[in-house]
Amino acid sequence: MKKREEARLIHDADSIASITGRRAFLKAGAAGAAGILFTFKLQDLLGKEGAAYDPKGHWWGFMVDLTKCIGCGACVRACKAENNVPDGYFRTWVERYTFLEGGDVKVDSPDGAFNGFSSDPPYDPNLIEKSFFVPKLCNHCAKAPCVQVCPVGASYISEDGVVLVDHKHCIGCGYCIQACPYGSRFLSPEGYADKCTLCYHRITKGLDTACVQACPVGARAFGNLDDPDSSIRKMLGKSRYGVLKADLGTEPKCYYIGLDQEVR
Amino acid sequence: MMEHEIMNQITGFVFPNEIHVHWTVMIVMYPYITGLVAGAFIVSSLYHLFGKESLKPIARFALVSSLVFLVFAPMPLLLHLGIPERAFNIMITPSGTSAMAGFGIVYLTYMIIVVIEVWFSLRADIVKRALESKGVKRFFYRALALFDLSLDDRTNALDHKVVKFFAALGIPVACFLHGYVGFLFGSIKANPWWSTPLMFIIFLLSAIVSGIAVLIFLFFVISWVRRVTVDRDVIKTLAGFLWGFMIIDVTLEIMEVLSVAYEQTEAWQTIEILIRDKLFVTYVVIQLLLCSLVPFLFLGVNSVLRLRAKMSNFLVFSSSVLLLIQVLAMRWNVVIGGQLMSKSFRGYTSYTPGIWEKEGLILAFVIFTVPFLLLRMVDGIVPLFPPDSALGRWTLEHRT
Ligand code: SF4
Ligand code: SF4
Repeated sequence: MKKREEARLIHDADSIASITGRRAFLKAGAAGAAGILFTFKLQDLLGKEGAAYDPKGHWWGFMVDLTKCIGCGACVRACKAENNVPDGYFRTWVERYTFLEGGDVKVDSPDGAFNGFSSDPPYDPNLIEKSFFVPKLCNHCAKAPCVQVCPVGASYISEDGVVLVDHKHCIGCGYCIQACPYGSRFLSPEGYADKCTLCYHRITKGLDTACVQACPVGARAFGNLDDPDSSIRKMLGKSRYGVLKADLGTEPKCYYIGLDQEVR
Repeated sequence: MMEHEIMNQITGFVFPNEIHVHWTVMIVMYPYITGLVAGAFIVSSLYHLFGKESLKPIARFALVSSLVFLVFAPMPLLLHLGIPERAFNIMITPSGTSAMAGFGIVYLTYMIIVVIEVWFSLRADIVKRALESKGVKRFFYRALALFDLSLDDRTNALDHKVVKFFAALGIPVACFLHGYVGFLFGSIKANPWWSTPLMFIIFLLSAIVSGIAVLIFLFFVISWVRRVTVDRDVIKTLAGFLWGFMIIDVTLEIMEVLSVAYEQTEAWQTIEILIRDKLFVTYVVIQLLLCSLVPFLFLGVNSVLRLRAKMSNFLVFSSSVLLLIQVLAMRWNVVIGGQLMSKSFRGYTSYTPGIWEKEGLILAFVIFTVPFLLLRMVDGIVPLFPPDSALGRWTLEHRT
């Protein structure tokens, strides 16, 4: 299988859903640990052939379809398990926006939605006008302020557009945490800055990110923005989307379909 | 603070990664101490460069204070770093786009300038002590004088010239050093409470205010401890400068907030609650009312009315203490305040510094007091007050 074709198969949210039985499996297991393990194995097998990865010609981007997200938190759990994210910190999390009568907007994200959301809302259900979920992660900004401020160059944008932290070089000053407008970064208990890596260790092997793979409804997708044939380009090509805090000029590469102006 | 305690004090929504405040009381101390460095240096330059004769008794003391504070300025930074053993990366692999990366260069440049200036300004006295003493002590002073004990009119004139040159060179660098610290905050567009081009000017002016205030404070305390009559000329001049600089400083601080308030931007809605709720005590009560308004009135009365020395001393001394607190509060409100506000603009987290921990209050206090002890030590090695001043005469009489 050619690399690009394979990538397309794997990265395309719809084709993920069509891989026989997996969607049903995930739904049933709600991405329990066993489910994650099982699917990782499957992907490992699929990814073997795409071993030689060339960052050239890649410019990774992410996409979230807010109309699909059901707030189950499978992505948060998958991310924690895959990346050993320390307790109390998040590489990805899910927010719930609730619009109440009278114009009040409430946002919550209990424990980053690690356990999803409880079905009885903390607000009077009669007052709720609308509600939706917003998964968040590092936007892998093309003009990343976190990278700009890092005094030692430990934060950098990889050739293929992923914002990464060199844990062995970071001095733990925390300046990048201050500079990120999205709350995507944290200081790990070991003292270095940490954040979403877009599962770089996986995507460069042709695998999905853990969160994309875990999402039972295909609300998350990612792919090569440089490739006009990539699924993400195609999906973005036919959708209206927005990015977070566009006015700050950070040029986020996480695109939200169905974004509401209240989301920041 | 325990996890659940913070959780209880969160209001509204904050991003899950924002629950903990990353820049703690140490990052409050860092700009505070660098402020003292810059301020004290500028006072010394008022004499060395601009020939403000009335400041002669304190000029050298101011210069050495600047150096001593400078030595300790990176301490809180080091304590704060997640991985302090890698601190030198900032010198070895500075990133061209980072404002913080300039720290090493700015700091070293300034350090070199101040060390040279201090040495030349102390040289004559070091040589004198070398000539007076014997044995190990003599060797120590000779070494301090770099083994050149020549002392005559020509060398004196040269010393003066060099001091003057570095005083001139040091002013822009001192301004830069502290303006730069302000820029570290002012350039963070993610944070509306920080992001303003005025930030570096405000930091600079408050640095000067704190520098003058700390010198007044020390001058009084040293005079009292040594039972020497307080030199009124020094105090009068410094009080005048303090009044002037604090007016510009506080005006800018207020104007900056007023202009955001008037613009009624989205950010203001969040900042307003920050000021009204989270920072009410430290900002409104301490920084603005108690520690700006009161010294403004005190110093104003002191400048306008003819007061008895005792009364004037009281007003100036208490103003210096209040303004030292004002600037500390300002640093706190900027550094901590900016982090209390969620970047979701929908809520606030909370921060109470620990007492004993690595970034706790005890250590912050120690870091702040050590420079004062060091100053006392230096004064024992070479006189910091000129022999023709009251404090200088005390030193001569009490030498061991
Ligand atoms: S979202 Fe934050 S951490 Fe990620 S690239 Fe943008 S500024 Fe950096
Ligand atoms: S914490 Fe690490 S990655 Fe972040 S700015 Fe400091 S050195 Fe760079």
